[in-house]
Amino acid sequence: MELLPRIAKGLEEGDDELVRSLTGEALATGVSAADVLNNGLLAGMAVIGERFRLREIFLPDVLLAAKAMYAGLDVLRPRLADENVPPRAKIVIGSVRGDLHDIGKNLVGIMLKGAGFDVIDLGHDVPAETFVETAIASGATVVGMSALLTTTMPRMKDVVDLLRAREPSGRIRTIVGGAPVTAEFARTIGADGWAFDAGSAVARVTALLEAD
Amino acid sequence: VEGLRVRLARGDVLVGDGALGTLLMERGLPADRPPEWFALERPGVLEEIAGLYLEAGAELITTDTFGGSRMRLALHGLGDRCEAINRAAVLAVRRAVGGRAYVSASVGPSGRLLRPYGDTDPAEVRASFAEQIGYLASAGADLICIETMSDLAEAVEAVRAAKETAPGLPVMATMTFEATGRGYFTIMGNGIETAAAALTAAGADVVGSNCGTGIDAMVELAGVMVHATRLPIAIQPNAGLPETVDGRTVHRETPESMAGRAGELLARGVRIVGGCCGTTPAHVRALRRAVDGWVAAKGGGRPQP
Repeated sequence: MELLPRIAKGLEEGDDELVRSLTGEALATGVSAADVLNNGLLAGMAVIGERFRLREIFLPDVLLAAKAMYAGLDVLRPRLADENVPPRAKIVIGSVRGDLHDIGKNLVGIMLKGAGFDVIDLGHDVPAETFVETAIASGATVVGMSALLTTTMPRMKDVVDLLRAREPSGRIRTIVGGAPVTAEFARTIGADGWAFDAGSAVARVTALLEAD
Repeated sequence: VEGLRVRLARGDVLVGDGALGTLLMERGLPADRPPEWFALERPGVLEEIAGLYLEAGAELITTDTFGGSRMRLALHGLGDRCEAINRAAVLAVRRAVGGRAYVSASVGPSGRLLRPYGDTDPAEVRASFAEQIGYLASAGADLICIETMSDLAEAVEAVRAAKETAPGLPVMATMTFEATGRGYFTIMGNGIETAAAALTAAGADVVGSNCGTGIDAMVELAGVMVHATRLPIAIQPNAGLPETVDGRTVHRETPESMAGRAGELLARGVRIVGGCCGTTPAHVRALRRAVDGWVAAKGGGRPQP
């Protein structure tokens, strides 16, 4: 098998050592870092995301695949800079104020990082000011909010409103998710996007950015 | 009242209570405090809610200790109040129900991912559960209710912690499943039969499912679980899936539609029925009527599984 499909396959199997060594091997044989990223690591992660969305696999498999992804990225990172591959978009995520649930949000972070995004995870119980200030200061283009409680969902609107007041250009998009959060709710509060689960978050964020 | 173990062993049907978090929010839980804050600052609210569920016909009244392990409280800087919170929460329910209902002491997930998938040592999680369960037991709980678990390994640690720390108390362990194309699994990939078997082997006295799904899915998954354990089964569904109406999130399952399928749960061998997210004293009242009707039709109070 060619190297890149083997990297993708190794990632799908959560074999971080294999992915690390194959990534090094690919670079040594002259494959570009961008090619390894897109057709090796990200290709494997896309399969993982889709299989998780369909629940053919579960969280442990995703976590192991993400670990393999990071192993490959470690090897790749210096070469990506050399090749002037632009870093992917920066995304600020967190569970909103009053919400302590963060397993779902962590999962979204893993999937986004796995897809190559630069993720700043603010944790749980995050005040609206922190979301907005971090996004503006870091140059992020997307703010992702999670809420697992019907009682904390309204805090998402606080973030959307504050962001609109501080950054009226609309340069920073908002996306929301969490068990009780529906597409209709997202529209109601003026969020730019909504994702049903971590598996679909990557596709939704990508679509938001491509809408530019 | 009779000991809970006796009633479980006899195959009696017991009615659990409904959601707690939403009622606490309605009563002014500050946005930056965990629900366990009420145990410390406003235990009277916990008494009031316990009274509502008691009056609705619940026999198992849940304490406000879901996030009461030190590991979880530490997320709010309340780790050092672990003992005070767990004691106060048990005592509040006891004051409200006296001997008319059982105090079901809630133990929820640690919020950590265990090795090898996360960075938390399973022994550390067990110690955190054991500490909490020790306080719950010494404050007078009648039942340790390990609930909303998604990781079977963590649930097993919690059951073992309960068995070691409070060997005299019955332990109920319920997990949260979701529907997939190949049946019901937790987000960690634990199937119904695997979960029921492992929790039974770990020493649980009751196993089952709570949260994550509504009554329709619960009827289905209870039908699978009953074949995987000899233990009584507990089922506590959400009030359907959340929907948005006029910008507010609501759970649409009515008390009547939920209670309408309670008989099917009981016929499959379920022995504890209650509610989780979105359920109210009205749901519990409807479940109570349905259970009483089912038991009476079976010939009075002593149904055999």
